[in-house]
Amino acid sequence: MSGKSASREEKAARIRRLLATEGESVERNTQGFNRGRYEAVAELSDYEGLKDEARAIKEDAIERLPELIERVRESVEANGGTVYLAEDAADANRYVREVVRDADAETVVKSKSMTTEELEVNDALAEAGAEVWETDLGEFVLQVADEAPSHIVAPAIHRSEADIATLFEEVFGPEEPLETADDLTRFAREFLAEKIREADVGMTGANFVAADTGTLTLVTSEGNARKSVAATDTHVAVAGVEKLLPTFEDVAPFVELIGRSGTGQSITSYVTFLTPPGDAPTMEFEGEETEAASEVGGENDREFHLVLVDNGRTAMREDDQLRETLYCIRCSACLNSCANFQHVGGHGFGGETYSGGIATGWEAGVHGLDSAAEFNDFCTGCTRCVNQCPVKIDVPWINTVVRDRLNRGAEGNFDFLVEGLTPDEESGGLDLQKRLFGNFPTLAKLGSATAPVSNWLARAPGVRALAERTLGVDARRELPEFRRETLRKWFENWESRGGRTRGRGERVGRATGAADSRAGVGTGDARTGAETGESDREAVLYPDPYTNHVAVERGKAAVRTLEALGVSVRVPDLPASGRAPLSQGMVATAEARASAVADALAPHLDAGRDVVVVEPSDLAMFRADYRNLLPESTADRVAEASYELFEYVYGLLENGADPGALRSADPDASRGAGDASSNRVAYHAHCQQRTLGLERYTTAVLERLSYDVVTSDVECCGMAGSFGYKLEYYELSLDVGEDLREGFAGEETVLASGTSCCEQLTALRDDETRHPVEFVAPR
Amino acid sequence: MTTTDLVRRFEREATDAGCEVRRTSAENFRHVVSELLEPPAVGAPLPFDGVSLPESVETNPTAADLEAAATGVTPVRFAVADYGSVAVESTAAGEEAASLFPARHVAVLAAGDVVADMPAGIERLGDVVRAGGDAVLATGPSATADMGELVLGAHGPREVCVVVLEDR
Ligand code: SF4
Repeated sequence: MSGKSASREEKAARIRRLLATEGESVERNTQGFNRGRYEAVAELSDYEGLKDEARAIKEDAIERLPELIERVRESVEANGGTVYLAEDAADANRYVREVVRDADAETVVKSKSMTTEELEVNDALAEAGAEVWETDLGEFVLQVADEAPSHIVAPAIHRSEADIATLFEEVFGPEEPLETADDLTRFAREFLAEKIREADVGMTGANFVAADTGTLTLVTSEGNARKSVAATDTHVAVAGVEKLLPTFEDVAPFVELIGRSGTGQSITSYVTFLTPPGDAPTMEFEGEETEAASEVGGENDREFHLVLVDNGRTAMREDDQLRETLYCIRCSACLNSCANFQHVGGHGFGGETYSGGIATGWEAGVHGLDSAAEFNDFCTGCTRCVNQCPVKIDVPWINTVVRDRLNRGAEGNFDFLVEGLTPDEESGGLDLQKRLFGNFPTLAKLGSATAPVSNWLARAPGVRALAERTLGVDARRELPEFRRETLRKWFENWESRGGRTRGRGERVGRATGAADSRAGVGTGDARTGAETGESDREAVLYPDPYTNHVAVERGKAAVRTLEALGVSVRVPDLPASGRAPLSQGMVATAEARASAVADALAPHLDAGRDVVVVEPSDLAMFRADYRNLLPESTADRVAEASYELFEYVYGLLENGADPGALRSADPDASRGAGDASSNRVAYHAHCQQRTLGLERYTTAVLERLSYDVVTSDVECCGMAGSFGYKLEYYELSLDVGEDLREGFAGEETVLASGTSCCEQLTALRDDETRHPVEFVAPR
Repeated sequence: MTTTDLVRRFEREATDAGCEVRRTSAENFRHVVSELLEPPAVGAPLPFDGVSLPESVETNPTAADLEAAATGVTPVRFAVADYGSVAVESTAAGEEAASLFPARHVAVLAAGDVVADMPAGIERLGDVVRAGGDAVLATGPSATADMGELVLGAHGPREVCVVVLEDR
C-alpha cells in the first residue's frame, strides 16, 4: 500500500512539473483550436447531419473491413502499386526496411503520421542505416529535441517559439540568430529542402484510403507531404487498416469535418488525393554542381507501396467495446476540448503513442492495457468531448470500460475494513481509492447517521493524514459535510405538516406536460413522450446521495419550487444511480445500481409520475449512461421519464404555471435603488448537463425571473466528481478551476448546477456557490 | 446559383483563406498575369481557349529551375466556391511541382469551373481519381503553426493568386 501512495506522490510531482513547463503553451494552443472549432462548425448548415453521415460510413467500413482490404489490394495492384498487410509493428517495419534497402535509399523523408509513430519506424530504419527526416515542422522540432509528440495533430504544441529558438541555437548554431517564428520556419524549411532533394524514398501516412480506387487522402497544411512524394521515386504510405473507406466519394463528409474538428480551420491548406503511382513526373536532382543536368523526368517510374497495419486492430474490431475506437479519424477535437488535456497536454495525458481522451482506446488496442493504465484516470467522464467528436464516439465510455478492465486486472490489495464498508460487485484487487469513491453513497449514509461525529472526525488532522496515505484523499481538499437531517427525513416532516397540500393550493396555471415545452428553447433535440393533459402532475424528486445527505438545502428548495408551481412531490427512498462506481470504472457495480434504480422507479413510472433530478451527473446517468448498462427498453423508459430540475421548471412555466410563485429579481425596485448590478447572476452549468443540451433551461428560467445571467464558456470546473479529491490530481484540479475562477472574478452571485462544481467554486472563490434552485425557490 | 454568384462566393472565401483573386477576360489575361509574375517563373501550359502564358514562363522546367523559381503559374481544374479551394491536378506537364515549389503560386481558373460546395467538388475529383489522376485541393498558402505562431509559406507557397477568366 505504501507503494501505491508513493506512486501517487510521484504522479502528483510529474503533473506539477508538466503544469509548470508545458501547461501554458498547451493551454493557449488547445483553447485556440477549440474556439476555432466552435466557429468553424457553426458555419456548417447541417453539422449534425454531416456527423451522422461520417459515423455511418465508418461503421459500415469497419463492419466490412476484411472485404475492403481485399478490394484495395486489387485496386492498388491494378494501378501498378503493392499492398502489404502487416500483422504488427515488427512486421511492418521489416517490410518498410526492405523497400528502403531495395531502393538503395540513404535518406528517407517522412511526413507526419501517428501510425508510423506507433510503429517507431524511424528507429527501425536507422537500424537499417537509412537517415530519416521528419519534414512536418512540428515533428522536425521533436526529432531535433528527441522528444515524443504531445498531441496527435500538433505534435510540438507544448513548445513555445522561444523554446524552439533555444533548441535550434543549441543544435544547429546558425550564423544568423533565429528569433521569430518566421526565422525558425525559414531555417527549418531550407534545412529540410536539402534533405528532400537528397531523399530517395518518401514516406507518408494516409488519413483515408478508398478501397475502390486505391486513392489516399492526405490532410496537411505545410505542403511537406506533397513535396516528399513529388521529389522522390519511391512512395511508401503507412496506414492503419481502419483508414479504409469503401468508395472514394465516402471521403466527402470527412473533408468538411476533419479540419474544423481539429484546428478549427474550415479546411486545411492541402487535401491531397493520390491514386499512386499517378501521372506526375518524378524529379531528378543530379547533384548540386551539375544542376543543369537535373530534370523533371519525362517518364513516370515512381514506385508505390501501401503498408496496411493491423497491430491489434482486428482484435479491436471484434471487441464490442473497443470497436468504436476504430471510427476515430484522429482529428484531436477530444483532446482540445478536454480541460485536463488543456492543462497537462499529451505528455501527461497520453500513452506510448496516442494522447487525449481517445488515446485510451488506441493504447489499449495497439499497445495493451499497461500503456492505457498510465493515463486512463485523466478522463473524468465529464463528457465535454462527446459532442465534439465528428464520428460521435462515446470517448468517456471507452475510458470507463478500460478502467474497469484495469481494475479487474489489478493485483490484489485486499483490505477488510474497506471491503466491509463497500457492498459492491468488484473483485478484491480493486484500488482502495477507487473503491472508496465508488462507494460514496454508502459513506454518505453512514456519514449522515453519525453526523456530526463523522464531520468532526473528517476534520481531525490525524484522520486526514491517514486518509491521504492509505486512500489518496488529498488532505487539502475540504470534505463534504454530512447532515444529520437528510432530505428524506425533512420531507417526511414537511409532508406531515401539509407541505404538499399547501403547494397544491397555491397552484395557478396548469402544467400540461413539461416535455412538450422542451421544444420551446433552442435547437430541435426536444423529446416527446410524456403525457399531456389536464391531470395533476406528480413528480418524484430523486434524492441522490449528495442532495440527500450533504446538499440538503438544494433538495428542500427543489421541493418548495415544484410545489409552488403546482406539482405534487414525493421523495421516496431510491437507490443510488451508480454514478459513483461508474466513474471509478466499477461497471458491474454500476450495472447493479442501475437495475435497482429501474426496479425502484417502475411503480412510479407505472403511475405516470415524472422523475425530477437535481444532480446533473445523476440525470446524465438516467438519460445517457443507462443505455450502456441496462436493456434498451428499460433504459428508454427511465430516460423518457426523467427531467433535469430546471428543464422541468421551464416546462411548467411554459405550460402556464405562475412564475410569480418563485423569487424573482424585481427590476423596478433595483432601478429605484439605482443598483444595476443586483439582478446579475453568474451561472456555471455542469459539464454533463451541457453535453445533453440542458443548461439553457436554467438560464431561460433565471431570465424569465428577471435576472441578468452571465455564463462561462470554460469547459470544466476542474473537479468532475472525485477527481479533485485525489491526491495525485488535486493540483491539476485547482489549475483547471483557475480559468473558471478568473472568468467569474468580480461576480457577486455565482450559481452552479453540479455538486462538484459548487464545491470547486466555493473553494476557489472563498465564497459560497449555490445551486440556482436555492436562489429562486419561495422561502 | 449563377456563374457570377459562384465566382463571387469563391472570391470571398479564397480571399478569406489568404489568396489574392483577380478577375479578367481571356483577352486581358497576359497583362494581368504579367503583373503577377516575379521572375524567374515556371509553369504548365494553360488549356483555356485563347489563353497562353508569357514567353518568360519556363514550361519545361528542370528540377533546378523549379527550386530557383519565384513564381509558378498553373491551370486549375476547378474550384469549390464554399471553401475558396482550387483543385490542382498532377499531370505529366508538372502542375503539381510548379504550384508547390515556388514561393508564389498563380492559379488560373475558368469561371465556368467553379462548383458550389464540397459534395460537388468531390464528385469532380471522383472523375479525376477514377481516371487514375492525382489532385490537390489547395486552399490559401501553405502554413504552419508549429513554430509557436502562424507562419505562411511553410514548405509550399507563401502567396497564392487566383486569376479567374470570367469569359471561360
Ligand atoms: S475520438 Fe473523435 S474527437 Fe477524438 S480524435 Fe478521434 S475522431 Fe477526433
